[in-house]
This record gives sequence, structure tokens and C-alpha cells, in this order.
Amino acid sequence: MLLDMSGRLKVITVSLNGETRQFDSPIKVAQLLDQLGLTGKRLAVERNGEIVPKSQHAETAVENGDVLEIVVAVGGG
Amino acid sequence: MNPLVIAGKSYNSRLLVGTGKYQDFEQTRQAIEASGAEIVTVAIRRTNIGQDPKQPSLLDAVPPSKYTYLPNTAGCYTADDAIRTLRLAREMLDGHDLVKLEVLGDPDTLYPNVSETLKAAEVLVKDGFKVMVYTSDDPIMAKQLEETGCVAIMPLASLIGSGMGILNPWNLQIIIDRIQVPVIVDAGVGTASDATIAMELGCDAVLMNTAIAGAQNPVLMASAMKKAVEAGREAFLAGRMPKKVYQASPSSPAGGMIGS
Repeated sequence: MLLDMSGRLKVITVSLNGETRQFDSPIKVAQLLDQLGLTGKRLAVERNGEIVPKSQHAETAVENGDVLEIVVAVGGG
Repeated sequence: MNPLVIAGKSYNSRLLVGTGKYQDFEQTRQAIEASGAEIVTVAIRRTNIGQDPKQPSLLDAVPPSKYTYLPNTAGCYTADDAIRTLRLAREMLDGHDLVKLEVLGDPDTLYPNVSETLKAAEVLVKDGFKVMVYTSDDPIMAKQLEETGCVAIMPLASLIGSGMGILNPWNLQIIIDRIQVPVIVDAGVGTASDATIAMELGCDAVLMNTAIAGAQNPVLMASAMKKAVEAGREAFLAGRMPKKVYQASPSSPAGGMIGS
């Protein structure tokens, strides 16, 4: 397990839309979206069952073990 | 023509369409354009992680700047899932609060679970959503949903995707007579005449997806549906002649016949 100087994980594991994914830590929601190429897309993010409003993407940290859902609009009736 | 008014907003088209089941986004775009619809339903799903973000999306084919999006809860079987889905939709669409609530009962029939629907409607209305609600053609349930504060009651004509048309026009008639907010037939329309009959009954609008997307030529069917809804609406407003089994009333003068 890789830890940084203050004993925090350098790589975190999260559940992202049901898939296990790893990211370098620390990381904010906005940076995670950027790494996924989703910046500027019309989407919504839920972290551990709570919506993370767009206005808080830049300051909301993603932590080890988080369950994230990222949703978009698709064709439907 | 008097407009359709939902939650204080006016729409010229009385045809609402879904955006699912098309071959590709180009066909989606063309069919929705041909339908003349102003309100389009969309589903909320997990984004495909790892897919090329530059791939075309529904938003390119059906831009939210041009159409009023109606996020739905298709695929939800509990009130909690439906509420969660619509809260995400509101966040995604920057506070947009006009939504379509549907809570399904089972995957074979897609028949609505009305008790879960009512539960979800109560929470969503309190939470500030303008709820257009899919339900059965039960007039009592329709009334309860209206009393909860839903802005449109959307009874099925027949099962979702069945194309079976209007199975119980008498129940629809009772709902139309008793409900003050718009009544929109949602689900079951199969072809243009079904849409016309719904409008002739006095429905305020019709919502459909498969009837268009599942046609051999969806774009042509979309155009047919536009006309069908308009024709039915005009016939309703015009007021049809009374039905008579017989007692002939010829259209031409009875007098002045040659040889009389």
C-alpha cells in the first residue's frame, strides 16, 4: 500500500458506475471527470448516494472506497 | 389553435415523443423533427466509462436548447429509485424540474406499480418537481395523483411498447371528465388512428415512442403522428355529429328529382 508523507493513500480504489477503478490521490471530483474526458459534458455525479452539485465538483474530494455514479441523458421513452 | 399548457408553460404541439429505440442519432433527429414535438422524453443512465467522449450523443441530435427535455424514470421499480433518478436528472439539467415519473410493476408487462408511483409523486411534488405521471387507466388513481399535485396525468392506452391501441376508451373518458390538469395518453399507441382516437376522446396530448421508432419508416410515421394528433384535436374541438344507427339524412336535397 503506497502512502504519502502524511500517511495517506497515494492510490485510491473507488467504485465507478459499478466498476472498480483506481486513481492517484488526492483527487477532486472535477479532476476525476477531467481524467475520464468528461469535463464540460452534461452529466450528474453522485458520491456515496449523495448528489455532488456541479458548483462543488472542484472542491469535493474523492476518497478511498467511495461509490460514485456518473449519469447522462440517453434515448428513452 | 389553443395551446397545450403544462405547469403554466404553453406548447403548440400536442405530441410528445420518446427518444429511444432509433437506429442511430441521425434517425432520432429526423423523426423528432418530423413529429413536430416540442417535449421529448429522455432516460437517465450511467455514462459509458472509457467510451470516446467525442462520440456523438443524444444531446447533439436533440439539443436541449431546441427541445424541452422530460427526464423519465423508465426502468425504475421502486419509489426510491425513481426519486433518486429524477434528482440526478435535475442536477444534470441545471435545476430543470419538469419530469416524467413512471414506476413499473414487473418487467414482462411494464405495467405501472401505482402504489409506488403515488409514494414517489408525493415526495417529488414536495421537493419542488413538476411531475407528469405515467399511470394505469384507473380513474381513482388518476384523481389521487392529481390531488397529490402532479401537473399532468398520463394513463396508458395499453401496455408500453405493445402498439395495441386504446383498450379502454371508457376509462379514459372518465379520467378526462374528472381531471383538471392535462390528460396525456402515454403508451400503447400503435398507429396514427390510435392517436387520433385519443385526441377525439378529449385527451390533451399523446406521448409515444415505439409507435414511431418501431415503424418500418420511423420518419414518415412521425409525420403521420403529427397530423393524426392535429386531426384528432380539431375533430374534438369541432364536435362530432351525433351517431345514428339509421334514419337516413341524405347529404343532397330530397326535392327537385327529375321525373318527380
